[in-house]
This record gives sequence, structure tokens and C-alpha cells, in this order.
Amino acid sequence: MAYSDKVIDHYENPRNVGKLDADSENVGTGMVGAPACGDVMRLQIQVDDNGVIEDAKFKTYGCGSAIASSSLVTEMVKGKTLDEAAAIKNMEIVEELALPPVKIHCSVLAEDAIAAAIEDIKAKREKKAESAA
Amino acid sequence: MGKLNIPVYLDYSATTPVDERVAKAMMECLTLQGNFGNPASRSHVFGWKAEDAVTEARANVANLIGANPKEIIWTSGATESDNLAIKGAAHFNARKGKHIITLKTEHKAVLDTCRQLESEGFEVTYLDPEDNGLVDITKLADAIREDTTLVSIMHVNNEIGVIQDIGAIGALTRSKKILLHVDAAQSPGKVAIDVDAMNIDLLSLCAHKVYGPKGIGALYVRRKPRVRIEAQIHGGGHERGMRSGTLATHQIVGMGESFRIAHEEMEAENARIEKLRDRLYDGLKDMEEVYVNGDLEQRIPGNLNISFNFVEGESLMMSLKDIAVSSGSACTSDSLEPSYVLRALGRNDELAHSSLRFTLGRFTTEEEVDFTIKEVRKAVEKLRDLSPLWDMFKDGVDLDTVQWAAH
Repeated sequence: MAYSDKVIDHYENPRNVGKLDADSENVGTGMVGAPACGDVMRLQIQVDDNGVIEDAKFKTYGCGSAIASSSLVTEMVKGKTLDEAAAIKNMEIVEELALPPVKIHCSVLAEDAIAAAIEDIKAKREKKAESAA
Repeated sequence: MGKLNIPVYLDYSATTPVDERVAKAMMECLTLQGNFGNPASRSHVFGWKAEDAVTEARANVANLIGANPKEIIWTSGATESDNLAIKGAAHFNARKGKHIITLKTEHKAVLDTCRQLESEGFEVTYLDPEDNGLVDITKLADAIREDTTLVSIMHVNNEIGVIQDIGAIGALTRSKKILLHVDAAQSPGKVAIDVDAMNIDLLSLCAHKVYGPKGIGALYVRRKPRVRIEAQIHGGGHERGMRSGTLATHQIVGMGESFRIAHEEMEAENARIEKLRDRLYDGLKDMEEVYVNGDLEQRIPGNLNISFNFVEGESLMMSLKDIAVSSGSACTSDSLEPSYVLRALGRNDELAHSSLRFTLGRFTTEEEVDFTIKEVRKAVEKLRDLSPLWDMFKDGVDLDTVQWAAH
């Protein structure tokens, strides 16, 4: 199978690999996929008080395209507000990485990871607001 | 010897390069100056010479499996041989019974042929192997019914390299008067075959796993007691009517020469390859969470199928761009299912997704093995650093207790 240059670049030099403190109130964690299906993505975002994503980290178990998709997503979300990040569609990832049809599920998973991370941080903030009230 | 050829080829179970000696013999059967005649031409010397070459090749193939040359039917490869044997025997014996027994870890050429027969009204039992990949004889015996006419069990598994006890299976099928077909595509030159001692009735062979050319194979069909099969390809009545079509002299000569060499060099070659395989395994086995798939003892010397837990097979191969191996991982094929062979062994999907198959062969060198060890360790380490599952494992999380969102 031939990979696009962009997939190879992200695979060989993955951006923003790592782990943020999942317990921090400024960090949203999204873990999607399943080992049995061959891919698991963990995307974490660190969000400032204005709702802007100031940092993002990932770790991914999966094929080259899954790793590249999650690496790309960490770059895409940085500097965006939560609403802007939530608007990212998987087809943007497909186009940017030139993913073949058989790998589209990797981009879907990356979109799911963003949604899951946003949901996590929103839930944390709502809970905090409730306890403050 | 002693050379490092990059990219390193460690996929000998997929196919092998043609041995120089084989290529030379084949090239002598093509041009005007060579032995180009039609072996079926009875009226002139061109035909006779070609027939002589085919006869010699037939003897070489027969010799490696302890058969009579008259029992060798040329085909286009092991897939055709499997089709001819299974469909041919099932159809011929359909009045006696319509039940066939095979194994879940067979090659697709056997499994898909059985599926086809099911659609024609045959019944097929697909046996589960044990966790080490081997057949439990008592389970096979229990699966035999009144209407069972054929058992098809492979000799050497293509993915995990385990060797079935064909002798024991043959003793059982012979005592029950059931035909035994053996897919032996992976066996020649690696493990001894004796069709009489093992009570084999039908045996599929091919050349391209034994340093011969692609596009040629053979089916052994027992003469005493006589095994009858229905032809699948009809025409000029070649090969005792069982497989029509002009014989491809150069391909047949190539297969004959490759089997002759295999017979002669098998012992020394296997000893050398086994040492290299063990060197490879020794270089990897001290890593954490590494599992060998399939029995290590009942196994051909050149195969190492190994799972690196928490690392996905396709991305691992992507890291190993200077090494040609294959993976039981889903993503390598068009289907998204991981290896059905590893799953049949009871391996969970994670480990099936994390497997690599290294197969070593005639031209593998120590330098290539050492290079592979170094590259694999580096790649696994890199990918584990990237793996959330490895993080969780290191944090002591039991992954089986996590609720995953399957997709």
C-alpha cells in the first residue's frame, strides 16, 4: 500500500505526542476506538479560560493513517475555540492527508476524538459551575 | 553468504526468488535453440525431447514425496490443485456422501472451495485447531460421520508454520475409508513428505515456495488404492484426463529442478535456517509483551510469527520499510478483519492485530537477521511510545476491563 507523503511525514515526525494531566480541570480527554478494531486514539486538549485550545497532545495505537490523522488533528485544533474545533469535519483530514477510501475510518475516528475531548472538558466545566453555584 | 541486502526479504512463505540453477534449466526450454516443443507432439523429435524433460521433472517431484511419477498431475499451482482435489473428490463421491471435514486455519484456496461446495448442497465441518495451531485427532475422529467422504487438512500452515501430524490423521482416515487431501504448498524442502507412510490420497504442491517459478503446481493422486476425481478443466485429455491443457515445459522443468534441489539440500538448509530463525527469536524474546503464535516445536525452521502487544501490525511494517515481512493485521488486506488464522488459535483481536510473520529462507544471512532485530526493536519502542494502550499497560490498567466504544 502506498502512503501519501503527508501521511509518511506525520508518521515519521508525529506532532504533539504525549500526555496531559487528565485530572486537570483545564484538560479534556477523548479516547475513542477499540484495541480489537485495531485502533485507539487518545486526544487531549488544554483549554484556557476563554475557551481557546492552547495545547493538544495525542497518543494513538493504529495504522500509519490513524497515527497521521491524530497528529494532524492536534495541529488543527490548537488556537481554535471549542466551537471552531467542534466544526472540524473528517473530510478535511481526508483531503489534507490524501487518505484512500479504505482509510477514511481513521479520519472519522479523529473527528470522534475531538468531539469526545470537547465533551469531556465541557462536562468538567459544567460540574465546576454547578458546584460553585 | 554474509551479505546485508537492503531491503531485507523475510517473506519466503509468500514466495521465493527462483534459484539460479532453476532459472537456467527453465531458460533452456524456451527458444528455437532450446527445448521448446510440445510434450504432447508424438510425431517428431521436438515433442519427444520435451516429453523427456517433463518425465524427468515428474520423477523429481514424485521422488520428494515418495510417490510414483504416474501419480503426479501438473496444474497451475496449489490453488488449482486444491480446487481439483476437493471439488473433484467431492463430486465423484457425491453418491456416497456429501460431508467434508476441514480446518479453520486452512488456506483460502481450501476454505473458499469448501464454501463453494456448501452452496452446491455439500456439508462442511470446519474444525477448530488447538491454541498451538495443531489438530486434536480425537476431535477430528468425533467429527467423522457416515456420509463423510473427504478430509482436507494442510501440512504446514502458511501463517504460523506449524506442522500437522499428517501420519496420525492419515491412519485415521484410511481406517475409516475416507479420502485424505493435504495442502502441502508450504512443505517441500522444509519437512519430509511420504505419501505412503502418511496414507495421503491427494496432495497439493506448488513450485514458487521452493525456489521454483510461479504458475506451476501439481496434484498427487493416489493410484493404489485408486483415487478417482472428476476433472475440473476439460479438453485434450492431458494428465490422464484429470487436467487438460498443453503442458508448460519450462514451468514444469523449473518445478522439477527446484524439487530436485530441495530434496538434495533439505537437511543442511533446514539446519542453517533454523539457526537463523532462533537467532532472530533470541534477539526479540527479551522484550516485554512479546508472544509467539503457534507451536514452537512442531514448526518449520524458517517461520517466526510473533505478536508485539500494544503495537499495531501495519504501522509496525510501515516503520520497517527496509524489511519485507507480512502482518496478520487487518489493514494489510482489503478486509478490515485481522488474521483469521490467529483468531482461530484463540488469540484475541489485539494480539492478532499486533502480529508480524517473519519467514526466512535459502538466501537469508546472519547480517540480515541482526539488522532486522535492531530495526524491529527500534520500531516497537517508537510505536509503544506513541501507544495509549502501552501507557495504560504501564499504569497497571487491565485493558480487558475498559469499556471500549467499538466502531
